Amino acid sequence: MADGRAGKVLYKRHSGLVRLTHWLNVLAISLLLMSGLQIFNAHPALYWGQKSTFAEPWLYMGMAEVRGEPVGVTLLGDRAYRTTGVLGYSGAEGRREPRGFPAWATIPSYRDLASGRRWHFFFAWLFVINGLVYLSAALISGHLRRDLLPTREQWRLRHVWRDVLDHARLRFPRGEAARTYNVLQKLTYLAMIGVVLPLILLTGLCMSPGFNAGAPWLVDLFGGRQSARSIHFICAALTVLFVLVHVALVALSGFWNNMRGMITGRYAIETEGVRP
Amino acid sequence: MSAPDRRRWLAGAGASLAGLALTACDRLNAHPGFTRVLASAEGLTRRAQRLVVDRKALAQEFTPEDLSPDFKANGTIRPSSPAYAAHAAAAFADWRILVDGLVERPQSLSLDELRALPARTQITRHDCVEGWSAIGKWTGARLGPLLDRAGLKPEARYLVFHCADHLGPNQDESDRYYESIDLIDAYHPQTLLAYAMNDQPLPVAHGAPVRLRVERQLGYKHAKYVQRIEAVADFAHIRGGKGGFWEDRGYEWYAGI
Repeated sequence: MADGRAGKVLYKRHSGLVRLTHWLNVLAISLLLMSGLQIFNAHPALYWGQKSTFAEPWLYMGMAEVRGEPVGVTLLGDRAYRTTGVLGYSGAEGRREPRGFPAWATIPSYRDLASGRRWHFFFAWLFVINGLVYLSAALISGHLRRDLLPTREQWRLRHVWRDVLDHARLRFPRGEAARTYNVLQKLTYLAMIGVVLPLILLTGLCMSPGFNAGAPWLVDLFGGRQSARSIHFICAALTVLFVLVHVALVALSGFWNNMRGMITGRYAIETEGVRP
Repeated sequence: MSAPDRRRWLAGAGASLAGLALTACDRLNAHPGFTRVLASAEGLTRRAQRLVVDRKALAQEFTPEDLSPDFKANGTIRPSSPAYAAHAAAAFADWRILVDGLVERPQSLSLDELRALPARTQITRHDCVEGWSAIGKWTGARLGPLLDRAGLKPEARYLVFHCADHLGPNQDESDRYYESIDLIDAYHPQTLLAYAMNDQPLPVAHGAPVRLRVERQLGYKHAKYVQRIEAVADFAHIRGGKGGFWEDRGYEWYAGI
């Protein structure tokens, strides 16, 4: 199906279900992230194990005084960083307050744990139901096997290495090669779908004292409730990292074409002179 | 537009959109209808958890080596009323626990009578809604046998715990702490009226002389300084009508998550 202009064809890249679940996931994860930071701010410290070792968090954000001046401090392991204005102590000049993450990163922007929890648990249900719909459809329709599992050729070390170099040079596949995901892309999506996002859900459940009574083995598997809370936070941070790289690559490899692909489903590829 | 201009324009537009979205979230958060929609997830969570977790499933128990050396005291740490101060000065010799409301035989128990009831000791993890956890050893009277002694009327569905402390800024009746649980949790074997913590009489900071332990729920359900247990059919007529001090301030009645 040529779209009229020479050398370009539009083809159906994403099914309706993939597009719908993608954007619902964008909504759910954005709101989960920001309401999650509101919840984190209620006790901006992370620990390993079952219980909080209050004197020894591995991550802590708060306010400290240096020569009579309040500053924001972030402790990470044995290191301390001055993070005034962003972490630990932030807000408009003259109205700064001690808080873990700043107002622009939390829902609601002001301190309100009860509201943050309401947003979080509502959109957690959207995230879970949407994720289950996507996963079952991806399994049944063959989307997972056809589009996301690397091919035998892609698994070869030389192929992977070339793909790494191509990414480093910001050289993106063109023509027919752009019809399918490259191997780094496939592995990243699979890691998000199969590892990071399920871990977020499971560690989230492990913070629930009600759920713990039903599945104490699961919270033990993660090393205790405070470990689960730490892993939950780390997976959320990995998700932010994924989104940053994902959006950057979307922009660099043809922003409007990619957006059209995920909105209307149709994606343009160059035909290299050979019309299909 | 040249490429850098376009980039700057996109960045500016992105930042404005993000700002708008955040303002929109704050406004939505203040909207009662929207809050009700968000809060509807609580019922779903409670039902889902009760579906997959056995009603009698025990909360995890730990060993003495796991005890927190630094169990944090939260909420009221020392009730401010002169009446409570007098009780504390007298080592709670005259403290009574009332059991009334929808019961056949209202009870008024001294601490000695409470200690004579069927007891249980458990080392459990206390999970605060703020996110931290601490492990403590609790000894107390099991609530179930006490309720049987009082004889719940058939229409009783909830127990309301009235406390001696005032947590809000007003320090009056409107700020008095209270909580409520249903009969599933009331008859759970780990639900206690705890009078000892880590083999010592319950400290004032942790709710002396008696606090509720309702394992499997977050810390704010574990009412401290308990004076009266009222069996009710419904808590809509009590105080803010949401079944607890924090519930009236927007927190979930079901604190299993």
